[in-house]
Amino acid sequence: MNGTRDQVLNSIRRALKRGPLAPEAAAACETRLVTHRRNLIPARARTLPPRGQIELFVKMAETVNATVARVKRADDVPAAITDYLSRLNLPAQLVRAPDPVLDALPWNERPLLETRRGVVADTDPVGVTACFAAIAETGTLMLHSGAAGPTRNNFLPDTHIVMVRASQVVAAYEDGWDRLRAARSRDGAFAMPRTVNFITGPSRTADIEQKIELGAHGPRRLHIVLIDDGEAA
Amino acid sequence: MKATSRAFKANARQALGDANLQRAMVNLRTGFAERRAHAVAQLPEWEELRAQGVAIKKDALAHLDFYLEAFEQKVIANGGQVHWCRDAAEANETVLAICRRLGAKTVTKGKSMIGEEMGVNDYLEANGVTPVETDLGEYIIQIRHEPPSHIIAPAVHLVKEQIAQSFRATHRDLDTSRPLDDSRQMCDEARAVLRPRFLAADVGITGANFLIAETGSSIIVTNEGNGDLTQTLPKAHIVLASLEKVVPTLEDAATILRLLARSATGQEFSAYTTVSTGPRRLDDADGPDEYHVVLLDNGRSALLGGEFEDMLRCIRCAACLNHCPVYRAIGGQSYGWVYPGPMGSVLTPSLLGVETAGNLPNASTFCGQCESVCPMKIPLPKMMRHWREREFQRHLPPRAYRLGLAVWAFFARQPALYRIAADLGARFLGAIGHGRGRFRALPFAAGWTRTRDMPAPEGHSFMSLWAARQAKRAAR
Repeated sequence: MNGTRDQVLNSIRRALKRGPLAPEAAAACETRLVTHRRNLIPARARTLPPRGQIELFVKMAETVNATVARVKRADDVPAAITDYLSRLNLPAQLVRAPDPVLDALPWNERPLLETRRGVVADTDPVGVTACFAAIAETGTLMLHSGAAGPTRNNFLPDTHIVMVRASQVVAAYEDGWDRLRAARSRDGAFAMPRTVNFITGPSRTADIEQKIELGAHGPRRLHIVLIDDGEAA
Repeated sequence: MKATSRAFKANARQALGDANLQRAMVNLRTGFAERRAHAVAQLPEWEELRAQGVAIKKDALAHLDFYLEAFEQKVIANGGQVHWCRDAAEANETVLAICRRLGAKTVTKGKSMIGEEMGVNDYLEANGVTPVETDLGEYIIQIRHEPPSHIIAPAVHLVKEQIAQSFRATHRDLDTSRPLDDSRQMCDEARAVLRPRFLAADVGITGANFLIAETGSSIIVTNEGNGDLTQTLPKAHIVLASLEKVVPTLEDAATILRLLARSATGQEFSAYTTVSTGPRRLDDADGPDEYHVVLLDNGRSALLGGEFEDMLRCIRCAACLNHCPVYRAIGGQSYGWVYPGPMGSVLTPSLLGVETAGNLPNASTFCGQCESVCPMKIPLPKMMRHWREREFQRHLPPRAYRLGLAVWAFFARQPALYRIAADLGARFLGAIGHGRGRFRALPFAAGWTRTRDMPAPEGHSFMSLWAARQAKRAAR
């Protein structure tokens, strides 16, 4: 395939009427790639204090049909989930992602809640995951794959429940990327996860006569449990 | 996909008489156009974001070779592969070779316009691999054996009764007395039918809205979650992308993403924006074992540096389709190939040749709506005019049309003669049309008078009226 590669690159250069980039120009492009220069970020979330960003995140998430429950402490999360499931008459049966953050929660205090830890199967009705960050600008959750985060757990169950800490709320997508770079860099090398999911509300489609229906192929419901412990970013 | 763009006029005439199509197209106005206007109004920085989006794409195109090589290096460093392909045939062979090596029987697919360009479904099917479209709209047209009519809403030309009928004809193992009266029921049926297909697929194929040079990632933007199931569950994830999808950084993608969903569906952000980089890592709980990017030129490099280069900024949001009076009247299939509406009228002649697609750039009133809503500020009317010029230079329009234009051009180049001719014409038509004030039929103008009357001139040309008026003033 090397021949094809060179042919494509050559036809690009021919059209641009030049050879490979001159060293200075190539260095400028290289700098652009490593400096993560930000473009304009809308004022909407950026100019808010942390508390305001949390409120905006909740408002924007609810606008796109997610539901939000607030608890004071992480230990309250299993109870909040049990309440949510019983209120909607959903099975009290969930699979939680193999995430130490979720392992630390007191699931045993809810004996009627059937929980399993691991990767979801097609028939599991409820998936519970943590997240990496939450973007105030559009009410968007940022999750990534890894040993603790099977990607399918975000998509296969009918109901996706996501635990968010107040300190995880950031203004913009760019803030999420910066946090991910900081969290996953060793000796200057950034290890990008296989998958980064930005999730904004439950699955939806308008492919039949432009009528919006939730739950096309992914979750029908997206429920966010926000641990509002007074700590903000 | 075989192009029927030559038959555009016949296609359009048929579309105008298609009652279902006309009923379905009404939804487009209230759906996309109004939601977009609302979303744009919510973002005061809209115009500045547009300008920055344009600048990002211009930089990416000016250094396209550099960013593509940087992208490839990062893909390889993350354990993936990039397959450079000059045309659709090479890309199809590449996809098939991967499927064969993995012994793939079925392939799930997220919606990909590059896939449509390649005709990858037909190719795989002819070679014993079954492709399953998973986007609801794309699934609907796949079971109806139709081409898409819109680049983000492939089945927008259909009414729900037609879709219900196709579901009944295809899902034969389901209870024949089940109700299929509304979109909810059909949505649930498609979900139930497609779920086992997702789980059984050996390979998942998606498109890409962006390729990121910084990280070697591909990004897809969807609402249904079908693209995510498609690329997460099978053994291999194949990304189909054309060269111009590359942008330098994740920050650059973030800026254009702010423009994309608002322009496309009027959403602040699509439900799922997914960034994929290489295959699953050693300790990952799930994900595909292989990650392939089929990087396709298919005519793009030839557009660089020329008068159609701006078209390579297109992010396929479909705002130009949704706001085009011609598209809204005739739907997308009339255009006869993958890309309809104003962006298609520029891109299709660029990729297939003006001989095949010359009708398309002529199907515009030049109202300018497309350019004004384009998030990438692509001068679509100007480029359609370029195509009309090229078509004329190549003697492609019909003889009568060319002759008429030549006659007009002769007079237009000689203002004195033009004035005399215009004055004579106005007097003559004014005299014979005086009584009624309009003509029901005129020689050489049947195209106009077949469906409406031609108003009769009042007997004077503009220039003669102007001269008379000036003379009157001077006399005062």
